Amino acid sequence: MTLDVTDLRKTYPTGDEALKGVDLSIDGSETTAMIGPSGAGKSTFIRCINRLTEPTAGTIELDGTDLIGLDDDGLREARRDIGMIFQEYNLVERLTVMENVLTGRLGYVSAWRAFRRSFPPEDVERAYGILDRVGLDGMENKRVDELSGGQRQRVGIARAVVQQPTILLVDEPTSSLDPETSNTVMRLLTEIAAERGVPVLINIHEVDLAVEHADRIVGLHDGEVVFDGPTAELGDDALDRVYRGGDPPESGESRAVTAADDGDGSVGDRFAGDGVVTTDGRTPDRPASGGS
Amino acid sequence: MATERRTWRRPTAFRRREFKWAAYLGLVAFFLWSAWGVGADPARILQGFGSGLSLLGDFFPPEATPRQSQRIVDKMIESVAMAMVSTVTGIALSIPVAFMAAENLSPKPLYYLNRGFISLSRALNVIIVAILVVKAVGLGPLAGIITITFKTVGFFSKLLAEDLEDIDMRSVDAVRSTGASPVQTLIYGVVPQIVPRFAGLSVYRWDINIRASTVVGIVGAGGIGSVLLTAFNRYSYQYVTAILVAIIAVVLVAEGVSAVVRRRYQ
Amino acid sequence: MTSEVDAARTWERFDRRRRLGRFVGVLVAFVVFAGSWAFLDMGVTNVETVPREINDLLSRMFPPDVAYVPEIVGPLIETVHIAALGTAGALVITIPVALLAAENTTPNAATYWLGKLIVTVSRSVNTIIWALVFVVVFGSGPLAGAVAIAFRSVGFLGKLLSEEIEEIDFGQVEAVRAAGASPIQVLTYGVLPQVKPALVGLSVYRWDINVRDSTILGFVGAGGIGVQLFRAVNAFAWQSVAMILIVILGVVLVSEGVSAYTRRLVR
Repeated sequence: MTLDVTDLRKTYPTGDEALKGVDLSIDGSETTAMIGPSGAGKSTFIRCINRLTEPTAGTIELDGTDLIGLDDDGLREARRDIGMIFQEYNLVERLTVMENVLTGRLGYVSAWRAFRRSFPPEDVERAYGILDRVGLDGMENKRVDELSGGQRQRVGIARAVVQQPTILLVDEPTSSLDPETSNTVMRLLTEIAAERGVPVLINIHEVDLAVEHADRIVGLHDGEVVFDGPTAELGDDALDRVYRGGDPPESGESRAVTAADDGDGSVGDRFAGDGVVTTDGRTPDRPASGGS
Repeated sequence: MATERRTWRRPTAFRRREFKWAAYLGLVAFFLWSAWGVGADPARILQGFGSGLSLLGDFFPPEATPRQSQRIVDKMIESVAMAMVSTVTGIALSIPVAFMAAENLSPKPLYYLNRGFISLSRALNVIIVAILVVKAVGLGPLAGIITITFKTVGFFSKLLAEDLEDIDMRSVDAVRSTGASPVQTLIYGVVPQIVPRFAGLSVYRWDINIRASTVVGIVGAGGIGSVLLTAFNRYSYQYVTAILVAIIAVVLVAEGVSAVVRRRYQ
Repeated sequence: MTSEVDAARTWERFDRRRRLGRFVGVLVAFVVFAGSWAFLDMGVTNVETVPREINDLLSRMFPPDVAYVPEIVGPLIETVHIAALGTAGALVITIPVALLAAENTTPNAATYWLGKLIVTVSRSVNTIIWALVFVVVFGSGPLAGAVAIAFRSVGFLGKLLSEEIEEIDFGQVEAVRAAGASPIQVLTYGVLPQVKPALVGLSVYRWDINVRDSTILGFVGAGGIGVQLFRAVNAFAWQSVAMILIVILGVVLVSEGVSAYTRRLVR
């Protein structure tokens, strides 16, 4: 598996430059954490990879396929191989756990079978296996809105993993969770990825979590990569470059603050879509202010 | 990995899956029965819409001679005037009815009597009321005013009575404890609590009354509706469309005004 | 003003400007009322006889003619059919219209305005006017009535449903799309579950309204119990009229109960 991103740029209609030419390539099955203050462009970057946000310029190649040149059908096929886990879980609240997990198989069934919830038996078996793995056995018929935050994010992980992706993109998986649950979720995520040999790209602004769980760190500041190297090499000056001038949010209290910041900064972002949605309600990442 | 295959079926809101199928089957059967009862076979519907398309040419473009335009304007003003008068009379009459229909303020027999009146007013369509009133008092806007007033009382006093039932009795008691008379208690303890919603509801009902006043004429109760019926009966469909455009315009303006006023008030 | 001291607490909520505003409001209402009354030129003598005339009518309705019931069962069932079929037809048309008229699911600005136009025209024209139109198209009979009911309901359902669609959480939709789902799958998995309670609730509510509306279609020849009622009124058979009204009242109350119960059930 290779993901090659070159010179990725994103300028929102409002004129905000979220990404100013990002190069990144991921090989093998390492866990890469992308750190940076709120508004550095982390979310935009991840969302550009599977084109939930349409990039302005640059190339994205997944195993040699140029994702940017794909038409709608091609893009749907490519997306089947990209598992995505969201900050606010983004589960379909009124559906059951099982239905949410099986959402990950939608790319493989017809609209009519999907409507009747009649998935192939091996998909159902696979879903059960993953639910066992993430510790949600016996919960398949619970409605998602009855679950706790940690349980929801486990469903989110299961939904992404059941796709049998070649890469997992994870957008701030812990910002809606308490510190302890955050740690459990991160461990689960990296373990599952290792078991399946799938590389993970995680957006995270909690540096301590990144250092604990990732093999490699990418530091983003104001739309540009300012650090890229093994976790061991991340020193104070590198952190200083990423969070220029500000204190890196390491302690629990400052984490709470940045989490809240990030929450409201991404509301507009979630509405920036493609396909069915065309009314252009795109809002850029908030300008770097919260963390820096 | 376990070798046994696990299957999954979506849980159903019904107690058993059979019930679900029975319910859906029953519903489909009912609709088929309805379609049969109404005589809606697909061929006829298609044919109808086919002839509808060719009729479309008869309806468009909207057209009215100067005399007809004048008639539209005159009768439309009559409609609006009817709506104005009956909104005011309707609301004025609603106030006593609402107080008598509020469970916490009214003695039981009076309560049931007024609730019955409200249910009756709400259950009968405005056209049915109009047709009866026309028989009683004769053709013309007076019948329309009585009709719309009657409907307004049903709508308004129900909502107002519910508001009255929800009021904070403690402040009413506070007023009463000073030795205020029943009327004073109403004015000082009850009225201030319901006034804000009252204003919004009045405007909302005025909006509904404008709509009603444009149709009661079809059964002879005054306003633009009578012109519309005449146009239909004379097969002058372009004139019909002109009248419809006028009605839609007035209804939209009323809706806009009502929305703006209500937003201001909240 | 014996209670002035205590009541002052309640009155404090209104300052002078709002009190003035309310006074002006009442004044305007009164002027409009008087102006409209003068315009309609009905005189007062005319009004004085109204209570007697209505009283007269009511007394002639009593007692209701129970023997007439067998004759109204058929038209009554037809009325219920018209309401059911009209609602079902409306639902089929409404779903695409609502998707067009919702800002977040419409393909482009032109389709958005098309959706809005359909909703507005449908809503602004009363059921009985639609019935007049469709009697021309389909000829007299219940089919014209059912189509009229459907056309009026599309606006109501389309407006409320599109507002509901605009309120959905788009993150859920996006996650489904990110898994590689097709547009139709995105609708059935991402959008539909979120608006389903509203969809069911609104349809049942509109069905309830449609039962009431179906009772009048007969006046313009579009079927239902209105035909019977119109005939009885024109024949001055007031006791039969009273019986029909009672039956209508019963049906309306039942449908209101069913509608309220179903809406409570689907949450």
